[in-house]
Amino acid sequence: MTTDIDLVRTAGMPPTDISDPQYFHKVVDCQWACPTHTPVPEYIRLIAQRRYTEAYLLNWESNVFPGILGRTCDRPCEPACRRGRVDEKPVAICRLKRVAADYKQDIDRYLPKVPTKKNGKNIALLGGGPASLTVARDLMPLGYHCVLFEKDPRSGGLMRTNIPAFRLPEKVIDEEVDRIIEMGVETRFGCEITSLKAILDDGFDAIFVGTGAPRGKDLNIPGRETCAANIHIGIDWLTSIAFEHVDTIGKRVVVIGGGNTAMDCCRSALRLGGKDVRVTVRSPRKDMKASDWEIEAAEMEGVPIFDNHAPKEFVVENGRLAGVLFDKMHADYDDSGRRTLIPTGEEVFFACDDVLMAIGQSNAFPWIERNIGIVFDEGEMPVVDKLTMQSSLSNVFFGGDAAWGPENIIWAVAHGHQAAISIDLFCKGEALTRRPAPGTSLFSQKMGLHEWSYDNDVSEDRRVPVPHQDLDLALKDLSVEVELGFDDQLAFKEAERCLNCDIQTIFVRELCIECDACVDICPVDCINFDFNGEEDEFRARLRVPAENKDQDLYLSDILKTGRVMLKDEDVCLHCGLCAERCPTGAWDMQRFAYVEPQASTAYQKHNMAYVR
Amino acid sequence: MTYMQKPKIRHPRLKKNDLGLTRRDYEGVLSTLCAGCGHDSVTAAIIEACFELQLPAHRLAKLSGIGCSSKTTAYFLSQAHGFNSLHGRMPAIATGANLANRDLIYLGVSGDGDTASIGLNQFCHAVRRRLNMVYIVENNGTYGLTKGQFSATNDKNSKSKKGGNNLFEAMDLCALAIQLKAGFVARGFSGDKAQLVPLIKSAMRYRGFALLDIISPCVTFNNHAASTKSYDYIRDHSEAVDKLDFVPAQEEITANYDEGQTVNVTMHDGSSMRLHKLETDYDPRNADEALMHIRKRYAEGEVVTGLLYVDQEEEDLHSLIETTERPLNELSMDELCPGSQPLEELNNTLR
Repeated sequence: MTTDIDLVRTAGMPPTDISDPQYFHKVVDCQWACPTHTPVPEYIRLIAQRRYTEAYLLNWESNVFPGILGRTCDRPCEPACRRGRVDEKPVAICRLKRVAADYKQDIDRYLPKVPTKKNGKNIALLGGGPASLTVARDLMPLGYHCVLFEKDPRSGGLMRTNIPAFRLPEKVIDEEVDRIIEMGVETRFGCEITSLKAILDDGFDAIFVGTGAPRGKDLNIPGRETCAANIHIGIDWLTSIAFEHVDTIGKRVVVIGGGNTAMDCCRSALRLGGKDVRVTVRSPRKDMKASDWEIEAAEMEGVPIFDNHAPKEFVVENGRLAGVLFDKMHADYDDSGRRTLIPTGEEVFFACDDVLMAIGQSNAFPWIERNIGIVFDEGEMPVVDKLTMQSSLSNVFFGGDAAWGPENIIWAVAHGHQAAISIDLFCKGEALTRRPAPGTSLFSQKMGLHEWSYDNDVSEDRRVPVPHQDLDLALKDLSVEVELGFDDQLAFKEAERCLNCDIQTIFVRELCIECDACVDICPVDCINFDFNGEEDEFRARLRVPAENKDQDLYLSDILKTGRVMLKDEDVCLHCGLCAERCPTGAWDMQRFAYVEPQASTAYQKHNMAYVR
Repeated sequence: MTYMQKPKIRHPRLKKNDLGLTRRDYEGVLSTLCAGCGHDSVTAAIIEACFELQLPAHRLAKLSGIGCSSKTTAYFLSQAHGFNSLHGRMPAIATGANLANRDLIYLGVSGDGDTASIGLNQFCHAVRRRLNMVYIVENNGTYGLTKGQFSATNDKNSKSKKGGNNLFEAMDLCALAIQLKAGFVARGFSGDKAQLVPLIKSAMRYRGFALLDIISPCVTFNNHAASTKSYDYIRDHSEAVDKLDFVPAQEEITANYDEGQTVNVTMHDGSSMRLHKLETDYDPRNADEALMHIRKRYAEGEVVTGLLYVDQEEEDLHSLIETTERPLNELSMDELCPGSQPLEELNNTLR
């Protein structure tokens, strides 16, 4: 073959720079998608080895609340999971996380030491939810004195008040929240903040606002005021249950809303005596905001979901609530996919005793004076820097739902980590933009001929369903947990479905003899040897065209024949067969560890100790 | 050793042929040959060719003798018929099978030892008889299975891995086959599938004896600097005489080619080979020219590849000996055993 090497070299895509840690990080889809970048494949391997304590710690270091998140996380990792692209369903990552939490041994001796001699800096944490608690956890080992203000009698925020006990038992919250408080956080429970100025005047070195989005949206349609006694704001109602102020509800309940709060409301109502509980949503079912598994759980318990029902009026009879009148809607999508809901003209009436409204939450900062230097935007939200979490007042930081509106626990934790880094830099007088670098490592996993330090035999099992509590039993008691979690056998089976995406395929161009062995053996046809080209054109000409543009291409520099090696990362099984078949060791399987930076290096060091 | 099977999971967007099969449905068991063996690439090329030809596996019979190469029939088309015979005796089995059932595609896979040494006699006679089959030689110039002795196709100037000299001249199987009037003679290289796959497809559609001599480096014993059958040596010294396109029967030839540059060879089933000449004065329809070209270029240290010789008019064994048009298993008892009267008539013609 004769090729003008120089001509080929100048045309087409540049070789992939694998020294950039974000390249391989992105290949680990779950870790990349996780806001705190939890090293998912690594802890799943630990679970498969029944090393639950280590798996828990690895989680705890990244996401702070593995037991809570193992039950309630929004799981951005699962839709990202590579298994979901080659199989019907992704790995049950969230449920595996819970396994680590359920079966771990005592972890106290592995926790970082909190210095008795403080560094003299005082930090106020407003709100006792996951964001504030994360900031405390990250700063305490550095010697900061943290003071946590919380209006409720216990900390935990919405994790405690809004997530019903049948999804998240109180003892799980207590354990993980208390672990942080017991690091020596000073707590002021039952203390509702009414003035930020007053806190500023107290002389804290930095203030973190993690007060959430505590205001449930209301619906001002006819009948609202007359029936006020039987119309409840979902999140407030759930909080009242959590603190045992409420323990009954009418037999017929209509829930308005299609998010996770609506699902928690309807399922709670069933347990407080509701017999005919219905969920109504304005939009078509496919646009519902609730997670699929939450919808599934509600339906499994017998709650029907009525979509395309827009509430029109609370119907009053004899001065009290008789039911809700709905307009039936029809969803119309224009070419750009934008939706408009149009009334069909049909009206539907649902008789009921109580209504639960779960149509969203909003932030409210009536307690922040507008003249103290914090700039608010036109939506009445504070202006917060996306990277540093800093507000326009340099010693005030925001995080969690308080920063940019309702998100979820794992995002609150991620914000907390970033805010802690910023607060530490701020207190040291350093530039907030000079953030610490991530910890990374890359090691060969080769143990011998056809032997790797990870289980490369790809499981062909389907996703393991999680066992559930008997329905009759579950519905009798609000505190009976519905999901029972995996036992060790089921956990092992599910853990084996993980494709070990952090075990990277490393290609060394100089060693390649272009024998095609890797191309021939690859079960998913992701390796190609061909002449370079522009990305779109090259993607189209591969053995299987690389249509998933969210996934990168791994391109080598030019080879002896003038061609390049191009690997489509999209559905690589990380089975290592390319490396097993390579006669010259041009392919190797190397474990890539990525540890997100945090304020305290104690966690990162610990984390790195495992992944080595 | 934690040796695993190839995962069944495949790319979700893997192309399907008209039978609804993907390339992976044409696989066999996982190869146990050395990593990087050229034979595995030949296997992959056979899989690709069968997939593209939309071949139902049960219409193919895989035949082999003994050796690394002969093991490979297990590595493709698990659903096909197969016979792993004695060393060098694959042509005899192929002859018998072919006479019994002329409708199957016969694909023999052999090596340089199995063909050029112990099986040379059988090979020569299969060619002479114009047996309708594809005969693939995975040629690495060495006895890999017995630790790397020179084979009969190893070039005289090609040393062993430990530096030992080869005293004997190499046998060129393509030249031999042309001399014995094989109808389709081609040489390929396991490291060049773009050339190999169309050659295999055309050979499978050719009626008559088709030899594919495929240089297939032995990574363990004959891929060193002093070898003339290494990946590097073949890449540096191979020279394609033509570029072949296989055009299935149902596809129309639309592109126009300069007649001097292109030769169209129509095959019995209506499909055709379109040969783009790379050596302008080379005509693969001329046996003398082909032989001369192979010898001339060999003397200059080059290995010619591509479709070296093709006879468009070849008649296969069945036409020569006028056998029945149908496979024996489709004949009725009366046809197979017509009784004593026809026997008597036949005997009379011989008296």
